[in-house]
Amino acid sequence: MKEKELNKIKEYKYGFSTDIETIKAPKGLNEEVIKFISKTKKEPKWLLEWRLKAYKRLKILKEPNWQKPKYPKIDYQSLYYYSAPKSFTEKPKSIDDLDPKLLETYKKLGIPLQEQQRLNGIAVDAVFDSVSVATTFKDKLTEKGIIFCSISEAVQKHPNLVKKYLGSVIPITDHYFATLNSAVFTDGSFVYIPKGVRCPMELSTYFRINASQTGQFERTLIIADEGSYVSYLEGCTAPMRDENQLHAANVELIALDDAEIKYSTVQNWYPGDENGKGGIYNFVTKRGACRGKNSKISWTQVETGSAITWKYPSCILQGDNSVGEFYSIAITNNYQKADTGTKMIHLGKNTKSKIISKGISAGNADNTYRGLVDINSKAINARNYTQCDSLLIGNKCGAHTIPYIKNKNPNANIEHEATTSKISEEQLYYCNQRGLNQEEAVSLIVNGFCKEVLQQLPMEFAVEAQKLVGISLEGSVG
Amino acid sequence: MLKINNLKAKIDNKLILNGLNLNIKSGEIHAIMGPNGSGKSTLANVLSGKKGYKISGSVLYEDKDLFKLDIEERAQKGLFLAFQYPLEIPGVNTSNFLKTSLNAIRKSNGKKQLDALEFLKVVKSKAAALKIDEKILNRQLNVGFSGGEKKKNEILQMSLHEPKMAILDETDSGLDIDALKIVADGVNTLRDKKRSFLIITHYQRLLDYIKPDFVHVLMKGKIAKTGCSELANELEKVGYENI
Ligand SMILES: Nc1ncnc2c1ncn2[C@@H]1O[C@H](COP(=O)(O)OP(=O)(O)OP(=O)(O)O)[C@@H](O)[C@H]1O
Ligand SMILES: [Mg+2]
Repeated sequence: MKEKELNKIKEYKYGFSTDIETIKAPKGLNEEVIKFISKTKKEPKWLLEWRLKAYKRLKILKEPNWQKPKYPKIDYQSLYYYSAPKSFTEKPKSIDDLDPKLLETYKKLGIPLQEQQRLNGIAVDAVFDSVSVATTFKDKLTEKGIIFCSISEAVQKHPNLVKKYLGSVIPITDHYFATLNSAVFTDGSFVYIPKGVRCPMELSTYFRINASQTGQFERTLIIADEGSYVSYLEGCTAPMRDENQLHAANVELIALDDAEIKYSTVQNWYPGDENGKGGIYNFVTKRGACRGKNSKISWTQVETGSAITWKYPSCILQGDNSVGEFYSIAITNNYQKADTGTKMIHLGKNTKSKIISKGISAGNADNTYRGLVDINSKAINARNYTQCDSLLIGNKCGAHTIPYIKNKNPNANIEHEATTSKISEEQLYYCNQRGLNQEEAVSLIVNGFCKEVLQQLPMEFAVEAQKLVGISLEGSVG
Repeated sequence: MLKINNLKAKIDNKLILNGLNLNIKSGEIHAIMGPNGSGKSTLANVLSGKKGYKISGSVLYEDKDLFKLDIEERAQKGLFLAFQYPLEIPGVNTSNFLKTSLNAIRKSNGKKQLDALEFLKVVKSKAAALKIDEKILNRQLNVGFSGGEKKKNEILQMSLHEPKMAILDETDSGLDIDALKIVADGVNTLRDKKRSFLIITHYQRLLDYIKPDFVHVLMKGKIAKTGCSELANELEKVGYENI
């Protein structure tokens, strides 16, 4: 009876799928499909041309293969690149006009969209497959001049901002998956915080992959104008499916003089089953430019889901005195694999970066930290501190730390620390003797191990993330 | 409370406990002495449920088969072991550990969970009684604690859990004279008609402060001799070889 109970909680809580009529682009990747996407979204000509330029470039690019987790070849022609609920042929005017099935879906995910049930102090943009279905608290944000909407809407309503910044951090000439995204991106969030404004609430996007055989290619663009501040959180889930699904998003952040962006991710895509069947390929490009002086960008990620996580949220520290931070927890269990880390590119004077990475590996999983600290010759007095800790549970999992350092500046200060430890039988025995069961014990030890990163999360999410950390390791000992 | 009958325990094919019998009634304090390697810690481990032993014989705890219970279930039902060598758990905050474990035990007994403030009040008063520096509560569990601090931390947990059956494995070893008195006071405050203790020690000194009802000598995995508290004095004089 005990075992049965355990199996029940081990199940992926968000694994349900929503049965909803969809409109899809024809299967496959070609110019026609890109034109279809652009037309469906009523995009201006310049954007279609931009997409086609990216596609042209994509055709000569090769899929990278240097990463640790290998995966079977993806057949890009057998995927759908656009899928939207049919009720979105004309976007519903308000949340009350939404298809009740969608409202129900988000409610089940713990993200109620309706007015009376909204999460306190958090504005949410909900993305379902290829479209943004709703954005909450819009009026309250508009009062302060803050723009928070889907990127599709921004293309229509704020074309100058989009045109100026889209692709300015991740150009269409970037690597394979980023360029693929530029060609076929569907929806995502857009944020603009005007000069001197401190965003009064957390902004959050909730990504949901629902349709099968569909890739999800969101694009997020956040601009913090001079002296502004914003904290943004991204959450994601997907149904349990036997197939692997590709998720290749691009996220661009731009911080101007004295601006600060805090970007947090709690990634809980479906990880596949205990035998490694199914799950999301999470191949995401995230990059922030600290363009102005004294600007700051801070990435915090809690990566617990996906079959393969392959991403390096990065900071380009252009402005003098700018600061980049990367706090990461990557948990892999069963047959999950992660190859993640960051790039800190120091260009300006007195630029500082800090990297705290906590990798936790259990079962047959494999976890790699890979990071680059690149200090330009002009980055006088640049400083970096890197700390990479790995925690192993059991004997069949792996952990690797691969730090690259390129330093062209003799007066730079670079510190690197790395540790690997293991949860021992004796530690678990001690916890058990004090009344904690295996799962509680592991959760307690692991949460202690990643405390420094969890502390970076907005309060509202820290508790959820702590629970998630425990849940994703369930069944890892015993 | 605890009835041990012909208990044998093997590890790596080495027989360590070899037909041990012991009966501890409610409210009694039993002391176990014995040479190094005679199996005292093994007995404590087997009773608390540590894995890796091949066991035969029977143990009844409150008239029920102890071996049917998992480690944590034994703990939740009031069996507490103060370890000879308390484990270090890096990253885990001591106060948080104490709170989580206390709440796990309370939960299984249908008691209300203590919130952070309620817990703090309780732990502070218990720590003060044991003259434990509050600062260690905010450190990582047992990491860098002195030998004495580790032992006191075990007794602090015992006084929080208020167990029915407490086993103390050489809690007195490594304690200074003042700490020894404090720990003994900790035990004496808990002393109660419904609570039993099994105290493993090498020194008669502790037994001057905690008067046991029985003293047993464990040799080669068996109880070789049982007596009242005077037996400890005698052992101090003549040593184990002359038993
Ligand atoms: N995993 C093991 N493998 C082999 N032998 C073991 C193992 N664990 C314990 N032993 C042996 O069992 C015997 C009893 O050990 P135990 O720790 O119970 O002794 P003790 O009476 O507590 O001694 P001390 O007074 O030194 O604490 C010792 O000889 C020890 O070496
Ligand atoms: Mg011992």
